[in-house]
Amino acid sequence: MSVELHVNPIACEAHGLCAELFPEGIVLDEWGYPIVDERPLPDELVEHARRAAAACPTLALKLRTSGRDGHRTRVQRAPRPIRSS
Amino acid sequence: MTLTVPRPAIRRLTAGPAATLGDHLSVHGELPDMSGEALIDAVEGAGLRGRGGAAFPTARKLHAVAASNRSAIVVANAAEGEPMSAKDSRLLANAPHLVLDGAVLAARAVHADEVVLCIRESAVRAWEAVERAVAERDAAGELPVVARLVATPATYLAGEESALVRFLNGGPAKPTFIPPRPYERGVARRPTLVQNVETLAQVALIARHGAQWFRSAGTPEDPGTALLTLSGAVEKPGVYELELGAPLADAIAAAGGATEPIRALLVGGFFGSWVEDPEQAGTDLGLGAVALLPQSACPVAETARVAAYLARESAGQCGPCVNGLDAVAGALASVARGAPYAAVAADLERWRAIVPGRGACHHPDGAISFVTSALNVFAREFADHGRGGRCSRCSRPSVLPIPASSPIARAA
Repeated sequence: MSVELHVNPIACEAHGLCAELFPEGIVLDEWGYPIVDERPLPDELVEHARRAAAACPTLALKLRTSGRDGHRTRVQRAPRPIRSS
Repeated sequence: MTLTVPRPAIRRLTAGPAATLGDHLSVHGELPDMSGEALIDAVEGAGLRGRGGAAFPTARKLHAVAASNRSAIVVANAAEGEPMSAKDSRLLANAPHLVLDGAVLAARAVHADEVVLCIRESAVRAWEAVERAVAERDAAGELPVVARLVATPATYLAGEESALVRFLNGGPAKPTFIPPRPYERGVARRPTLVQNVETLAQVALIARHGAQWFRSAGTPEDPGTALLTLSGAVEKPGVYELELGAPLADAIAAAGGATEPIRALLVGGFFGSWVEDPEQAGTDLGLGAVALLPQSACPVAETARVAAYLARESAGQCGPCVNGLDAVAGALASVARGAPYAAVAADLERWRAIVPGRGACHHPDGAISFVTSALNVFAREFADHGRGGRCSRCSRPSVLPIPASSPIARAA
């Protein structure tokens, strides 16, 4: 099982919150659109990535859980973080 | 002294005038009755790949749609958004029944009762030929499916699979961010087989003559023949049938040869690559469109015009494509107007690195790949452009066919 971040480029409107919340895996290009590191996330960063996805105003940023074989099993909508910190 | 004699042309799809049902049957013969399974087996054995540009194995697509076991739809794709290509409309105009044969066979194989024929709105002769052919079959009681003709907008992306499906569902002809893929849920939420019309015509020939026959032309990896649209500085521009793997020079010779010394060839349409010699073209001709650029044309101006066209033809949905292609086109236009290449080289390098792979479809990837190929092959011309004052070759009319952009592409 691995978790990856993906952006739907049609839905994305360059609000840029994701890069602020998750600079470890997202930088903005010169037009404000996110360049997302789509490699499997290390465990300790999954929660941060989840928060970034939850904050996306257009729900363009999604966490995706893949099986061990890399086969996509389901698309997760990021839940709201339980604690706000 | 060597004398180059072009090989005799193979004529399969282009075997003869076959616009009427009578001519079609006398040129190509009766269509044998065969089961859907037998057809998929034959197509798999033949090794047929899609002729719309992506070269996806046709049998795998047929399998995927057939496996759903739900009532499917077949979409015959002649949206032909590529300005360098005319093969699909020409094929429909000259051999509409061959395409209908393939569509009917494919429909049986994937459990479809409906065929939608999508024809670029400007391809009037193709439309008329298909309309006549459908009516002829209807009258003869030889149309086992519902056949519907749909005119598609003359935009670059209208033929992209997801854009076509979206258009047929009542939306704009713009790509979607897949999944679901059309074979899972496409037109009217039914499993949908989208095939280029040449691919369907090849299926009709495979059904008649078998996989072995099909493989008797072409290479083991790319078997069969393909239609090729030749344009630019060639004596007789037009659509030719060639054996895959045969030297591109043969096709050019068949078209009467070049009209003047050639600087480079654009192989595979506007998403294709530049080569300096036909021998470098390899067997993969993409969607089968080749343009000959003469030495008298300015490669910088030609490249800038295509880049501007591709930027205009972005569906306008994805930020990196809209902004990235616009920026790249602007930089190339400035060089074409005389600005030094060094002034934009770093920007171009950065944009070429960050734009590909970030759109919902492959439009930004194809456009950037074209620009990269041009910058590599024409490195000298880009570096020198504007150095000696005004470029004398820039005044020449465009060799590459740049259409006026359609209003639909620009609509939000």
